[in-house]
Amino acid sequence: MSALQVQAGELLASGKAEVVIGYGEGTRGRVRPVFVRTRADVSLLVFDGRCTANLTVYLAKPEVGRMGKAAIVATPGAVRSLIQLIAEHQVDPGEVVVLAADDDAVTLLTDPAALEAYAAAHPVTIPPEAKAVTESLARMSAQERRAFWDAELSRCFKCYACRSACALCYCTRCITDMNQPQWVCVAPHALGVMEWHLNRAMHMAGRCVQCGSCTSACPAGIPIGLLAMEASRSVEKEFGAQAGLRCDAPPALSSFAADDRESFIL
Amino acid sequence: MSTHHGVLSHQNLLKLLSGITAGGMELYAPRKTGQKVFFDHITDVREIAFDPLPTTESPKALLFPRVERLLSFARDGESMRVDDRCADLMPRRVLFGTRPCDAVALQRLAEFFADGIEDMFVGKRREQLVVISLSCAVADADCFCTSAGSGPGDGTGSDILLTASGGERYDMEVLTDRGREVLATFAGLWDEGSPADTSGYLAVVEPLPALAGFGAKLAGAFASTVWKDASLRCLGCGACAYVCPLCSCFDIEDEGTPSKGSRLRCWDSCGFSLFTLHTSGHNPRPTQTERWRQRVMHKFSYMPARFGHAGCVGCGRCSRACPADMNLREQITMLDAGIALQSAP
Ligand code: SF4
Ligand code: SF4
Ligand code: SF4
Ligand code: SF4
Repeated sequence: MSALQVQAGELLASGKAEVVIGYGEGTRGRVRPVFVRTRADVSLLVFDGRCTANLTVYLAKPEVGRMGKAAIVATPGAVRSLIQLIAEHQVDPGEVVVLAADDDAVTLLTDPAALEAYAAAHPVTIPPEAKAVTESLARMSAQERRAFWDAELSRCFKCYACRSACALCYCTRCITDMNQPQWVCVAPHALGVMEWHLNRAMHMAGRCVQCGSCTSACPAGIPIGLLAMEASRSVEKEFGAQAGLRCDAPPALSSFAADDRESFIL
Repeated sequence: MSTHHGVLSHQNLLKLLSGITAGGMELYAPRKTGQKVFFDHITDVREIAFDPLPTTESPKALLFPRVERLLSFARDGESMRVDDRCADLMPRRVLFGTRPCDAVALQRLAEFFADGIEDMFVGKRREQLVVISLSCAVADADCFCTSAGSGPGDGTGSDILLTASGGERYDMEVLTDRGREVLATFAGLWDEGSPADTSGYLAVVEPLPALAGFGAKLAGAFASTVWKDASLRCLGCGACAYVCPLCSCFDIEDEGTPSKGSRLRCWDSCGFSLFTLHTSGHNPRPTQTERWRQRVMHKFSYMPARFGHAGCVGCGRCSRACPADMNLREQITMLDAGIALQSAP
C-alpha cells in the first residue's frame, strides 16, 4: 500500500473523514476523481504526474457535501485553492482534511497554518507549454495578441468546462447565465464568447491560484487559463497580493489599503 | 439510385476537393489546430487533416450551428418590423472527411428536426449538404458504432463513401444522386469500378454487449440508486453535449433592446444546472444525479422509443472530451450491470 492509501485508510477508520476525494485509475490511461468511503476501497487511490485536476472543485457539490466530512487529495494548486476558498468564506477552516500530495510525499494538513506553510513551500509551477505561450504573448503587440485570442476563442462553444473545473468559479449563477435581462451576451457568438471570457478573467483577477485545471478541462484545447492567470499576476504586481497563500487575506480587488498604489487613477 | 462504384487515387481526391472549392461550392473538412481537429471551412485542400479518428467536435454545426439568428426585429415608427431569415438562401456545401458514424448522426439529427413541425433551417441545410465520408481503418477504445446501429464501413447518410484500400487509393461508392451530381463535374479523376469487398480495410470495433437491451432496462430504472454514484464526478459542464453529433437541445435568447434586436437559437446542455430551472426557483433536476440520468435516458430510452434508434452513434467523442473521464462505454456497461442487479428478485 502506498503512503497515500495508508493515510486515507486511517482517516476513514478513525472517522476523521467519511469520504476521501482522490484520484483513481480511469480509462485511456487517464486518472479520474474517485470518492472513497470505505477502508477497503483505499486501494483505488493513486497519485502520480497525471494527477493535475483540482479536486477542491467537488467541495461545492451538494451530493458530495452530503457524504459527510471530506478529506481531499490535493496538489499544491489545490492547496492554494482551498486556502483561497477559506479566505473567501466558502469553506470553514478545519472543515476539510487535506492529504497534500507532491511526487512521492504525502502530508496531512488539518489547520490553516499548516495549509499556508505548505503553500509557501510549494511555489506555483507553470507547465512548459503554458510558459511558452505566455512568453510569446508577452512579445506580441496588442493587435497580435487580439488576433491570437480571436483565433483561439473562435473555437470556444461555451461548454463551460473551464468554469466547471475551476474551484474558484463557485457562483451559483454566473454572469453569463443571467438572461432576464442579459448582463453580457449569453450566445456563443464571437462577442458573447469574448465578453464572457473577459468577465471571467476580471472576476478571477487576484483570485486565480494558477492551478491550470480550466485549461486541462477545455475540450477545444484553448489555453484559457492564461487569461485568469495573467489577470492574477497583474494584481500581484500592483498590490503584492498573491491568491491562495493566506487563509485570512481579504480579496485584493474587493478591499483596500491606505498605501495601495494609485498610479492607474488618472 | 443504385450504388455506383469507382476507384480514386489520393492525389485525384485532393484535385477533386480543390475543384469543389474552385467551382464556388463551400468545402468543409477536418483541420487540425494543436492536438484537436475541427470541421472548418477549407479554401486550401492542403489544410485538410486525414487523422484516423473522429474529429474533436462533430460536424453537427453544419446543420445545427452553435448559434443561429432566427429572426430580427426593429421598431419602425408605431409598428414593429420583423425580418424572418430566409432558409432558401442556404448555400450548397460539401462536407468531406466525416466518418460513417458522423454521417449516420447527421441523418438522425435531420430526422429529429423534421419530426412534427419541420425546422426549415436544418432541413434546408441538410438538403444542400453533400456528405463525402471516409470509412474507418482505425477505431479506438471509446468507439462503439457497431453496437449503436452503424459501423466502420456504413454508407448510411453519406452521398459518397471512400474506403482507403491501400496504395494511396480509395474504393468509392456513390450512394445518392446528389453524390453523382457533384462527381459529374469531375469526370476523368476516377476510374469505373465494380463492387469490391472492403471489409479487410475496415477497423475492428470492440462490441458493447451491454447496449443490447439497455433501453428496455432503462425504462424501469428511473428511480434506481445507480445514478448517484455513477454521476458523482460529473462536473456539470456541456463538453459531452457540445462535441456530440446528436445532442440537439437549444435555448432561445433574445438579444438587443425592446426596439431593435434578434432572436437567437443557441446550443444548450442537460448537464447544466440551469437547464431545467423553473421561474419559481424550483429545479426538478437539482443535482448531477438527475442530470446524468436524463442524458443517458434521453439517448438510450426516450429516443429509441420515439425514433426507433438511439440518440447516440457510438463515436466516442464525449468520452474523449470529458474532463472527469465519464467514459460512456464504461458507464453503459456499469449502469446495465447495476440496474440488472437491483431488479434481480
Ligand atoms: S481560473 Fe483556471 S488556473 Fe485559475 S484557479 Fe480557476 S481553474 Fe485554476
Ligand atoms: S472549456 Fe473551452 S470551449 Fe468550453 S467554455 Fe471554456 S474555453 Fe470555451
Ligand atoms: S459527463 Fe463529463 S463532459 Fe459531460 S457534463 Fe459531466 S463532466 Fe462534463
Ligand atoms: S453520446 Fe457520445 S458516443 Fe454517443 S454519439 Fe454522442 S458523443 Fe458520440
